[in-house]
Amino acid sequence: MSETTTTDDAETDRLRIVLAKLGLDGHDRGLKVVARILRDAGMEVIYLGLRQTTSSIITAVEQEDADAIGLSMHNAGHLTLGPKMVKALEADGIDVPVIIGGIIPPDDEQVLLDSGIAAVLGPGAPAEEVARAVREAVAQRR
Amino acid sequence: MSYRNLAVTELVERARTGDNRAVGRLLTLVERGGPVADQIAELTHPLRGNAHVVGVTGSPGAGKSTLVGRLLAEWVAQGFRPAVLAIDPSSPLSGGAILGDRIRMDDVVPEGTFVRSMATRGHQGGLALAVPGAVRVLDAAGFSPVVVETVGVGQVEVDVVAAADTAVVVATPGMGDAVQANKAGLLEVADVFVVNKADRPGASDTRRDLQLMLDLAHVTGQDVDEHGTYFRPEIVMCTATSGDGAAATIDEIHKHMAHLKASDGLSRRRALRVRAEVRSRAERILMDHLDRAISESDLLTDADPNPVSTAESIVSRITGND
Ligand SMILES: Nc1nc2c(ncn2[C@@H]2O[C@H](COP(=O)(O)OP(=O)(O)OP(=O)(O)O)[C@@H](O)[C@H]2O)c(=O)[nH]1
Ligand SMILES: [Mg+2]
Repeated sequence: MSETTTTDDAETDRLRIVLAKLGLDGHDRGLKVVARILRDAGMEVIYLGLRQTTSSIITAVEQEDADAIGLSMHNAGHLTLGPKMVKALEADGIDVPVIIGGIIPPDDEQVLLDSGIAAVLGPGAPAEEVARAVREAVAQRR
Repeated sequence: MSYRNLAVTELVERARTGDNRAVGRLLTLVERGGPVADQIAELTHPLRGNAHVVGVTGSPGAGKSTLVGRLLAEWVAQGFRPAVLAIDPSSPLSGGAILGDRIRMDDVVPEGTFVRSMATRGHQGGLALAVPGAVRVLDAAGFSPVVVETVGVGQVEVDVVAAADTAVVVATPGMGDAVQANKAGLLEVADVFVVNKADRPGASDTRRDLQLMLDLAHVTGQDVDEHGTYFRPEIVMCTATSGDGAAATIDEIHKHMAHLKASDGLSRRRALRVRAEVRSRAERILMDHLDRAISESDLLTDADPNPVSTAESIVSRITGND
């Protein structure tokens, strides 16, 4: 039987993104808004919601074959949790971009980007910007 | 290493040795359809290990995912290696979807289980091909039981569940669910009924309604199939949020499988399943021919083509009965 190529093709591909809140804090109202934005931009959102760990997120990414991870962060854990997520993915050899949304001070934003986070979005980011950030982050990895 | 560049044969080999990433990747390729999906179908077909396919359906919000999470945990405790395919509708406007079944299973689902969310992606015919393909991948990867969760609203969804070995229909109190189930044709396909949210008032009324409808079906002979096999579905009371009734639900699912094996029911159901898939595939091939024939047809360039004779001529060309 001849080998058919299985590489991705932007035209036939529907982006799948895992959305989660890493850590123990808070509510997921903001995350739900992002979920609707991405759905309305034509993406498939695997919604994990609150209280996720790096390992529960990785399990979901593997089983769901997700193209990207969106993390919502609100209480200053981002500087430890963001890079921790990136390292955990690297350790498992998973090449999937991580996008962080939340109230992130400008100084921290650069630290996160330097640690391997693909994009950082503020709480008021318009829908087009959110969708574009995901698309670009995915495109860069392919 | 990126799994996106692995050959299909390699992915299948890895999936067989417990590599869940390879399973996840194969499911994406199956969902996408086309020649790659066909190749996966050919590779996994001989690798099936007889997974017990369990369909779970019921109205939106009935507690299907919460229940499935409990079932998975219970199956793992009993030594099984279960997987679930959780199907949610795509948005007809954007084609996107919010797949929210996994979050309901998260709290209870232990390691070693496999949960995959799948969107209907608009074209209903696609689901009819993707679901059997995905079930076959999970089966070949050694999972059993394989649960397929769908919302019991459309005919395609009902068909998906009807094609399972065991169909579980989830009803809830106070929503006229029993009557709805009857109307939607779910009563005929159910092998096990679950009255979920039994912690809510009216659960015993729902149970009684279902019982009455099953009695009626028995009196009119609707519950006896063409081979004269009679199986009366049990009604299990369940509170999925606490887990009460999950073990009893599993007992009934297993009893139904035992019944299938004791009669020739299992082979007949699986023959039906194969038939449905072959039909869907054949339909897709025919549709491709039809689309091509229509777009190439000189008959339609007429100023005013006769719809009846033109359709007949085009079909004759495809079938070679010119
Ligand atoms: N009171 C009560 N609530 C329940 C029970 N089971 C589920 N729920 C709640 O019902 C809601 C819907 O549960 P899901 O498991 O998502 O229902 P579903 O049928 O999978 O929903 P869809 O997939 O969206 O159709 C959630 O808020 C659950 O917590 C139960 O036994 N009792
Ligand atoms: Mg559900």
